[in-house]
Amino acid sequence: MDVQIALLLSQDGLTNGAIYALLALAIVLVFVVTRVLWVPQGEFVSYGALTLASLQLGKVPGTVWLLVCAGLATALVDGVVAWREGRWRRLPRSLAFNVALPLALAALATWLAPRNPPLIVQIVLSIALIVPLGAMVYRLAFQPLQRASVLVLLIVSVAVHFAMQGLGLVFFGPEGARTPAFTDARFELGVMTVSGQSLLVIGASMLLIIVLYLFFERTIYGKALRATAVNRTGARLVGISTTLAGKLTFTLAAGIGAVSGILVAPIATIYYDSGFLIGLKGFVGSVVGAIVSYPLAAVGAVLVGMLESFGSFYASALKEVIVFTALLPVLVWLSLRTRHVEEEDEE
Amino acid sequence: MSPMLEVDGLSVAYGKVEALHGARLVLPAGSIVTVIGPNGAGKTTMLAAIMGLLPARGVVRYEGRDVSGDDVEARVAQGLVLVPERRELFGEMTVADNLVLGAFARYRRRERGIDADLEAVYQRFPRLRERRSQLAGTLSGGERQMLALGRALMTRPRVLMLDEPSLGLAPLVVREIFQIIADLRRTGVSILLVEQNARAALQVADHAYVLETGDMVLEGEARSLATHPRVIETYLGLAAGTRRDSAA
Repeated sequence: MDVQIALLLSQDGLTNGAIYALLALAIVLVFVVTRVLWVPQGEFVSYGALTLASLQLGKVPGTVWLLVCAGLATALVDGVVAWREGRWRRLPRSLAFNVALPLALAALATWLAPRNPPLIVQIVLSIALIVPLGAMVYRLAFQPLQRASVLVLLIVSVAVHFAMQGLGLVFFGPEGARTPAFTDARFELGVMTVSGQSLLVIGASMLLIIVLYLFFERTIYGKALRATAVNRTGARLVGISTTLAGKLTFTLAAGIGAVSGILVAPIATIYYDSGFLIGLKGFVGSVVGAIVSYPLAAVGAVLVGMLESFGSFYASALKEVIVFTALLPVLVWLSLRTRHVEEEDEE
Repeated sequence: MSPMLEVDGLSVAYGKVEALHGARLVLPAGSIVTVIGPNGAGKTTMLAAIMGLLPARGVVRYEGRDVSGDDVEARVAQGLVLVPERRELFGEMTVADNLVLGAFARYRRRERGIDADLEAVYQRFPRLRERRSQLAGTLSGGERQMLALGRALMTRPRVLMLDEPSLGLAPLVVREIFQIIADLRRTGVSILLVEQNARAALQVADHAYVLETGDMVLEGEARSLATHPRVIETYLGLAAGTRRDSAA
């Protein structure tokens, strides 16, 4: 291997690592706020990529029907609960969010798709179609389980993964898709060529990370999510409901996932089931940060990207094995470093 | 005029063990009512049930309305606020963030005057201003209690429930905390105070209840309960009894 190849592999590794970093951050966020080990983050990624790919072909993306169906299911659950408890006050908001909003987005997407709007419009529309799914998934799968143990939440999370992957097959079909590169620009930097595409991916990831940082440090809702992560009872006592925090967290996770999907769409061919492996790599990254530290999770994810890139050069067939085996020393190190803490009682 | 807070037949069970048996309590507007009793009598359980943190049977009327169906967050938004025994601060966040989050429900309603209230809390607790960019987890016991009080004040409580505000604090700080409680009442906040420090609690309160093993066993004006033989014997200790004898 010469320097040039090493630089090329690093560039690849960093680009993929930047995407894994977004996944890792979303997984950490979901875990610290809701205690859910969020396995299906990768599904949001494949939804994002496939939605953009459909729009670029001038087709109405399957996400439209998925969103409308999920919204109807969520509204139905809210309706049944309201009827059973005789409390109708919150139902109009649920109908607006779960029925009116998806229908409006569906109408917009159906109208726009054949008209070949500019790329930026396609991207914004793709993200808008996926973001509401986050809160719906939370409402359907996790809101009734707020007091459940981490293990139960994990099992449900795996079930949600299979459900979302299956729905992906139903709504997007078995064909893979890859979008054209956002830019063909190339820059000569000494001995290496940097692709504009890589720079774009890394830049977009960093930008999103900065925006998230500002959200958590500066805004009251960001602080409320941190407060819920630190002390759930304390958060409830100042009026931050666990449900609100959960919905907001899953909305953010869906948004981050959709952006990751759009960034990955020109890099790899994405199938309905590609999300799982991508999500697992983000998960390995988040484990480096013990699923509590955002910076360490991001660093871990970039390491995963590098490892994968160099691994595929030396032993292409074994690259996944190499990445996941790297988890072992991390786990050993974590278990030696941390004391075991009993899970805190919930109320 | 109906009382700010009225509790009737409130029972709480942990599994099969009932920790509170049909407690009854009235908190008139603008007053301080204290519930005293030994460790494990069910005082904390009662406050948690009033707040909605624990499932309970019975009626909790806040400003004349039954709030039994409301969750914790809805009760907080209406001005029913608890400062729990464990304080439940956000330890890994700054003092300033803890205080600002106290007003979360008000931010959601886009209420005005939050900054002014923050300034008022800093005026009342200058120590918190000094430490505003420090993490809450690094504060001393007295400072933590001040922060818990300050955070509760940021919610603009109409009924403030305090669980053992003097627990684990130095005598000087305890005096300061009770001074603040008396001040708060003058601003129109009704206060339900649960204390093991019966002497201090009875001094500051208007009305008092004695809770023992889940039952309200005594009730009366705080001043007259302070001279009740049973209270003196059990809660004020021999020293108080002796002093009263020598004074007589």
